[in-house]
Amino acid sequence: MTVSSKTGVPGISPGIKDVSRARAKLSGTTSTGFKSLLMASPLIAVLLFFLVLPIGMIVVVSFWQATEFSIIPAFVLENYEFLLGSDVTYRVFLNTLKYAVITWVCTLLIGFAVAYFLAFHVRSLTWQITLFLLCTIPFWTSNIIRMISWIPFLGRNGIANSTLISLGVIEEPVEWLLFSDFAVILAFVHLYTLFMIVPIFNTMMRIDHSLIEAARDAGASGAQILWNVIIPLSKPGIMIGTIFVLTLVMGDFITVRFMSGSQSANVGRLISNDVALLQYPSAAATAVVLLLTVLIVIGILLRFVDIRKEL
Amino acid sequence: MTKHSRRSVLKGGAAFAAGSTLGAPMIWAQNIKDVTLRQFGTGVSNLNEVAEKVKEDLGFTLEMTALDSDSVTQRAATQPNSFDIADIEYWICKKVWPTGNLQAMDTSKIKNYDKIVGIFRDGKLTPESTIAQGTAPHSVGFVDGTGGTEFVANESGWMTLIPTIYNADTLGIRPDLIERSITNWSELLNPEFKGKASILDISSIGIMDMAMVCESMGEITYADKGNMTREEIDKTIAIFTEAKQNGQFRAFWKSFDESVNLMASGEVVIQSMWSPAITAVKAQGIPCVYQPLEEGYRSWGGGIGLSAALEGLERDAAYEYINWYLDGWVGGFLMRQGYYSAVPETSKNFMSENEWGYWFEGKEATDVITSPFGDPLAQAGDVRDGGSFYDRMGAVACWNAVMDENQYMVRKWNEFIAA
Repeated sequence: MTVSSKTGVPGISPGIKDVSRARAKLSGTTSTGFKSLLMASPLIAVLLFFLVLPIGMIVVVSFWQATEFSIIPAFVLENYEFLLGSDVTYRVFLNTLKYAVITWVCTLLIGFAVAYFLAFHVRSLTWQITLFLLCTIPFWTSNIIRMISWIPFLGRNGIANSTLISLGVIEEPVEWLLFSDFAVILAFVHLYTLFMIVPIFNTMMRIDHSLIEAARDAGASGAQILWNVIIPLSKPGIMIGTIFVLTLVMGDFITVRFMSGSQSANVGRLISNDVALLQYPSAAATAVVLLLTVLIVIGILLRFVDIRKEL
Repeated sequence: MTKHSRRSVLKGGAAFAAGSTLGAPMIWAQNIKDVTLRQFGTGVSNLNEVAEKVKEDLGFTLEMTALDSDSVTQRAATQPNSFDIADIEYWICKKVWPTGNLQAMDTSKIKNYDKIVGIFRDGKLTPESTIAQGTAPHSVGFVDGTGGTEFVANESGWMTLIPTIYNADTLGIRPDLIERSITNWSELLNPEFKGKASILDISSIGIMDMAMVCESMGEITYADKGNMTREEIDKTIAIFTEAKQNGQFRAFWKSFDESVNLMASGEVVIQSMWSPAITAVKAQGIPCVYQPLEEGYRSWGGGIGLSAALEGLERDAAYEYINWYLDGWVGGFLMRQGYYSAVPETSKNFMSENEWGYWFEGKEATDVITSPFGDPLAQAGDVRDGGSFYDRMGAVACWNAVMDENQYMVRKWNEFIAA
């Protein structure tokens, strides 16, 4: 809006704007402020009701007290005291971060490679769209099914082990394939790579190809073009994908439970255990700490890339 | 009006209403068909076959929701308006009753009350029996009135739960993969089964299995396994944490199907298990034994309780349902899966002599034993693991329980899982 009026785009619109601005001046700025507030109010109401209110509730409940079978409204710090005073919490948070970081690295490498291939190697738009849709096919089934189908595949007598044995690669079945950190991360990567592909592909598609030609004309090698042109221009997509993957992995509990055979814990499982045992206040406290952790991580990430500016 | 006559009135009324275009005086008879009772509970007894049979025999609709033990507790305690009938375990009752979400039931309205097995009334299977450790069902089975909040020790006439099914649990093994006899709980931590053992990840039950193992190993002697001291909990968890870190366990399971899959796929050869899970493994043609052990069984019992909000016609329908439940059809259906029913003698009418002999009396099967779903479970000549009803239920070492130190135990359990 401001841009168009500054540059003075010819036509009728600046005139209307001037009029409306003048009118706004006459009736005072509060009226336009009120009007725009009114226009935004449905969204505000939705956000207040479905986002702020529940989170507010969680924060409130996190200070409550719980016994075996009842929850008592109160203001006590014992949930946080226990949470922050227990070394299990730190171990579990560390484990959650470990899953998040390893999954992030894997999904980023795969996601970037796939997006790069789609954006720069596939020439026709039809094929780009076709191949892109192919990537989404696994999403036609529920992610629990996609995850659980790994279990018979990776098991002691599963397809992976029996194939490796019949090929003579191994003599005894490999035990760490299933119910291990390996299995958890494999499932995460499988489930969440698409969340990396989509935003990266999206930003890559908007990179002006003449920039790459210019770089090539200026004598840049393929690696230099990748490092100095494509990666910097794909940063917003990478960042959005990163946020997706990190929040999904850090909030997950079911993948960790199934793929580790309940033998590993992450924060989501702590919360789900608490909920299962009716310890809602303690679950809420853990959720608040997790939320803060995720917000801090995202805050740090956003220091590196200003998504708003780059979009 | 007695139960019996009301029922005949009901039937007559329905017939009359069907023939009448007005039907107004017969609202009640019409309405019972419109009644929908919402029942929830664990997967073991919340079976669609039961709901179908209710519709057929009683005319009203029973909606079944099957959940895991934790979710069951959660729902009973926090969502009183989401159900009419709670199918819960006795130890869950101890947790849920104080919330006031359930109402006590008048035993005088229960036709077969006198035939209910002693375990649920005075706690004794036979007059000579001693009562096992843990939350024995009779200890949380009665309160002093319909709104009573305190459990009472005598048969007060007001029951918290009407017992439905119960069983004695032990370890399940794969005899084809172990190839030797297993006679003690301590075998669960035997290094021979490193990476091939499992225990259930439901803290309140898992801790009991752990206690059975630790006691069998001679490491700890408990005053009451169902009500441990903090020190006992610490020691127990420490032993298992060490085993976990040494790679003793392949996985932990939380739901019935997980335990079946672990066993059937051979990922695990020895684990805590529930009786129908053994049945499910066997039904796949895979050998699996519910191994009786010297130290005895860890037992559990379930029952149905009524929501405090239930009243009027719905409550009448619920009593009707309870009487029907104890009348034998469900009992037979469940006993043919390896559970026991609260009133075994009525179940007998719904089982063949061969089935009754095999499941209840511990006799050799004279013919193929099939599950209610038609899968063959045993051949002629086979004997049930653990023997007869009195052999099995008489060897209960401990009932599933809620401890006074439950919150502490749960925290230690979380540490164990995170270790």
